[in-house]
Amino acid sequence: MTERTIAVDYLARVEGEGALKVRIQDDRVEDVQLKIFEPPRFFEAFLRGRSYLEAPDITARICGICPVAYQMSSCHAMERALGMTVAGPVRDLRRLLYCGEWIESHVLHIYLLHAPDFLGYQDAIQMAGDHPEAVKKALELKKVGNSLMTLLGGREIHPINVRIGGFYRAPTVAELRAFRPELERALPLAEETVRFAAGLDFPDIEEDYEFVALRHDHEYPMNEGHVVSSRGVKVTNDRWEDEFEEVQAPYSNALQSVHKGKGSYLVGPLSRYALNRDHLTPRADRLARSVGLPDIVRNPYKSIIVRALETVYAIEEAMRIIDQYHRPEHSFVEPPPVTTTVTGSATTEAPRGILYHRYRIAPGGIIEDARIVAPTSQNQKRIEDDLRHLVERSLKLDEVTLTDACERAIRNHDPCISCATHFLKMDYVRQ
Amino acid sequence: MAPTRKPRLAVFKFASCDGCQLSILDCEDELLAIAGAVDIADFREASRAVLEGPYDLSLVEGSVTTAHDAERIKEIRKQSKALVTIGACATSGGIQALKNFSDVEEYRRVVYARPEYISSLATSTGIAELRGCPISKAQLLEAVGAFLQGRAPNLPNESVCNECKRRGNVCVMVAHGTPCLGPVTQAGCGAICPAYNRGCYGCFGPQATPNTKSLVVELKTLGMAPPGILRLFRTFNANAPEFRAASEAAAAEATPP
Repeated sequence: MTERTIAVDYLARVEGEGALKVRIQDDRVEDVQLKIFEPPRFFEAFLRGRSYLEAPDITARICGICPVAYQMSSCHAMERALGMTVAGPVRDLRRLLYCGEWIESHVLHIYLLHAPDFLGYQDAIQMAGDHPEAVKKALELKKVGNSLMTLLGGREIHPINVRIGGFYRAPTVAELRAFRPELERALPLAEETVRFAAGLDFPDIEEDYEFVALRHDHEYPMNEGHVVSSRGVKVTNDRWEDEFEEVQAPYSNALQSVHKGKGSYLVGPLSRYALNRDHLTPRADRLARSVGLPDIVRNPYKSIIVRALETVYAIEEAMRIIDQYHRPEHSFVEPPPVTTTVTGSATTEAPRGILYHRYRIAPGGIIEDARIVAPTSQNQKRIEDDLRHLVERSLKLDEVTLTDACERAIRNHDPCISCATHFLKMDYVRQ
Repeated sequence: MAPTRKPRLAVFKFASCDGCQLSILDCEDELLAIAGAVDIADFREASRAVLEGPYDLSLVEGSVTTAHDAERIKEIRKQSKALVTIGACATSGGIQALKNFSDVEEYRRVVYARPEYISSLATSTGIAELRGCPISKAQLLEAVGAFLQGRAPNLPNESVCNECKRRGNVCVMVAHGTPCLGPVTQAGCGAICPAYNRGCYGCFGPQATPNTKSLVVELKTLGMAPPGILRLFRTFNANAPEFRAASEAAAAEATPP
């Protein structure tokens, strides 16, 4: 009887600290553990006793890569608790800010974290030695996302302009119009990115995912819509807990989510695309067809194409919002006083998938209870399933090759470990 | 003549949001130049390649919150000729330091259903610094550039007020009555909050000579009560001594003996 283990002690090119352990006995995969050893960060506890108005700034600090997602989910949850509706140009500005974050986060992952796997480099810097123009264009495209966040949010990491009800300051029409040429320059770069991604070599693999994402009647989902799945779930986005739950694995500092009574599921670009393809812009739709992307993508490696396609979408959407923008008279909706204990929850689409927040607020506006479910904790179990299938298919590979393959399979899902600890270490045991 | 060895740069992470090391990758215009001037020896967020120490310059993000990390930072210090802490987590414990003001056992129960799995020290320790939550890219480039040129970095320790005046902002506190930590907070962000019609919330931590007592008098005049003042000083630099003292004074007022 032989046992072997595959171990990656510190996953590279992911956000945060994580590792992987796979135990194989007699050519059977016994156990796959995606470990998160980023220390616990106790955000739900920090939030207790704080003013509900502080939640967007505090929760942004969960993740430097997708702070806007935390700001948006917390704002929507609080506004639901207080019965507030944010419409018109302020709603559009939120979507515009999210476009900036999608562009910045997706381009970071496509070129700096994911592409080196396909092209055989350790990192994008090494890749730049052979492909300097590609990396320069990537950085230029990424910068457009960051510049949009800086314009609207004051800075790209932990923007300071978001508040419950809207923004501290709404940009002028002239400020937004002046940014349009940057988006016009970015669009062909993003289109080129889709063609570049589609031209990569992909392993011939399909996984049977339950896709979970928001779906909105009229638009590709960011801030609003129902939580839906490819297996029939449809609930309003404050009802995440009706369908899903978190469980703690003993080997991890993060919680893992499951679809109640059903098991793992997938959130993120593959899911959004599978469930919302009809809401892409005509240009993004044509581009998807021209590179032969099917309406539903079950190959996790091809998530890189979908991220690129969503980048094209986000740039076009940003231009649309800028073109029809009128500066609102008030940059935010004034929240009503909190006179009774209220609860509110909301789910929005972070670049990595749906992010759920729930709060209970006491009279006077002090947070009594907070719950945050990050996209990576929702994907963690599904990533373990991908890994189990990969190792089962690849038992004849030597350790080094198999370990590299496992790391790649994890990066397909752009895990954000800082988020999941509100996540990863690989030990690979072969027996 | 043998080629001169390029300095070895390493980037390490402790408990944090990854935002400050992301700031390096966010220097889109300068990233390839930096990569050309140094050998990146260890930067896991960006690369699988790892070179053994010693390192000429280590950038450290995050705060130390576990016994394992306390050992790790000692080893990193041993391996590093120069070390720059990047961001509020590394310079003052960051938001993780909020647990210093509370009972860690309780935190664990709130977040994790099975608390016995988590190994966490009772307090976070700030490790010397680029301020900010997150750091300023300009200050990061200044620190790395100065290191490469063998000079001291020019990192002002004046207040946000000075930057705010230079930016031409109207004072939000004087003109609009908006509570603002600008007078006691270190410059470096570019006074962005007042430029967006809100008060500074102190994410760069205390400036060199902060008169927090005088500011608290002003905050009270604007109608802030002690619990609000406590929370204002107790966010992303809660463990910085001057901010800690101000929040503890407010705490004492909020709960008289």
